Amino acid sequence: MMPFDPSKVISKQCAGIKPSGIRKFFDMLDGMKDVISLTVGQPDFVTPWKIREAGIESIEQGKTYYTSNSGLPALREEISSYLERSFALSYDAERELLVTIGGSEAVDLAARALLDPGDEVILHYPNYVCYEPLCRMCGAKVVPIVTTERENFKVTPEALRAVITPKTKLLILSYPNNPTGGIMERADLEAIADVIRDTGIVVLSDEIYAELTYGSRHVSFGSLPGMKERTVVCSGFSKAFAMTGWRLGYVAAPAPILSAIRKIHQYAIMCAPTASQFAGLAAMREGQEAMHEMIAEYDRRRKLTLSELAKIGLSCYEPKGAFYVFPDISRFGLSSQEFASRLINEARAAVVPGDAFGESGEGYIRISYAYSVGHIKEGIARMGRFLSTL
Amino acid sequence: MKNELLKLLENDARLTAEELAVMLSKETGDIKKMIGDYEKDGVILGYKTLVDWDKTATEHVNALIELHVSPQPDRGFDQIAEKICRYPEVDSLYLMSGGFDFAVMLEGKTMKEVALFVVQKLAPLDSVISTATHFVLKKYKDKGVVYEKPREDERSNCL
Repeated sequence: MMPFDPSKVISKQCAGIKPSGIRKFFDMLDGMKDVISLTVGQPDFVTPWKIREAGIESIEQGKTYYTSNSGLPALREEISSYLERSFALSYDAERELLVTIGGSEAVDLAARALLDPGDEVILHYPNYVCYEPLCRMCGAKVVPIVTTERENFKVTPEALRAVITPKTKLLILSYPNNPTGGIMERADLEAIADVIRDTGIVVLSDEIYAELTYGSRHVSFGSLPGMKERTVVCSGFSKAFAMTGWRLGYVAAPAPILSAIRKIHQYAIMCAPTASQFAGLAAMREGQEAMHEMIAEYDRRRKLTLSELAKIGLSCYEPKGAFYVFPDISRFGLSSQEFASRLINEARAAVVPGDAFGESGEGYIRISYAYSVGHIKEGIARMGRFLSTL
Repeated sequence: MKNELLKLLENDARLTAEELAVMLSKETGDIKKMIGDYEKDGVILGYKTLVDWDKTATEHVNALIELHVSPQPDRGFDQIAEKICRYPEVDSLYLMSGGFDFAVMLEGKTMKEVALFVVQKLAPLDSVISTATHFVLKKYKDKGVVYEKPREDERSNCL
């Protein structure tokens, strides 16, 4: 009998995806109790009680059924009016919105609905890690644009023009950005819109951090004149409402794209968890005040983090969104990985090495300020002691 | 902005003027002056530490005393209130609506000590008509702080 080898049955598409290098680093970190970590990419707030209560009540009342594939109609109505109110986006609750399992599913669905093998996807780096593997699973080729600190980590029209080819199908914009904290303002987005206006390029705009901007309101690409028809907006409840574990997001797109997306979601997922959807409904209806309090707190921590970093001689680009700072550590002569490992071993503080977000993140570290003020101060103080030994 | 400063201090009185200035985009000197003014005006009355005495070896009890009093013709409840406030055993004193007049929060070492204080000091006061003593058996939440072990950070690491 021929021996069966399960390691030989993985599809070429999947086998071609590199395992996340950062996992090993995190696994090492998880085993250490005395390390002050500034690594976590999710809110430290517990979901506001009103929202949790609505989720619990829905279970108590026995609302344990599937909802419609697109999600509770009431929730879609609320999301639709929220998008209109907050970001001047106009997506019809019935035909142009779908509730997903977090923003990540929204990105996956959009990629699968839009990409054919051989298509090119333009993606800016440094960036969150999910886009490239999800596009590659569709057989698409990822074409990188490197954003720089000098240009506030923005995608410029020049850089975009340089990589567009007849095969370009999709441009992914992920702003406010993880890990850089960079944002794209209206004029920046308009310049991008001008470049693609006469092309067939679709834009996937991941706006999961849209509520977390400091000093200016997030501008959604889909709200620019003429851009809605080619824009898929992916977002969710995780960051704004501190609801990561509920896995609740949504995707908004013109009806023909949305119905393609719905087809995949219907077969792969059926619907987002019902209790989470009821919690999301409460978030939309009653969660705004709690959300604004959390955002104000992130902003205060952001300022404190920058000030504490400046004190230890690590001044950096002022992030305008998300909850990360991304300082340049290249002048210390260590790679990001070396820096992060030695920081743990020698000073018991942890940050994420920048190369986890693509090669262009080399020379940087990501510091999350989704932590209490005391925790942030202690972590940066330890980093300061480490820097003084270099 | 003013309320924001007070809210931050109410939540954590140990924040330094320098840290507050950074977080509120102000000058350190301005923050110091604002805090000074609040203290002078009696808006900020003090800075205390929330202690869970049950976790220490120190004996400690809290009690709520309901007081019925007859108000004075000219000064209403104020005169008797001022008198009660002077006792260091009295932690808080509130004039209440509803079934009784004053809520007196007492702190003492033992139940006996608290009971004796009520019997010997509060009850004999001229305008006090009656008292009812309720001892706190367990604190679950005080001043907005839930009495529990500090939570461990259970968030998983993800990018």
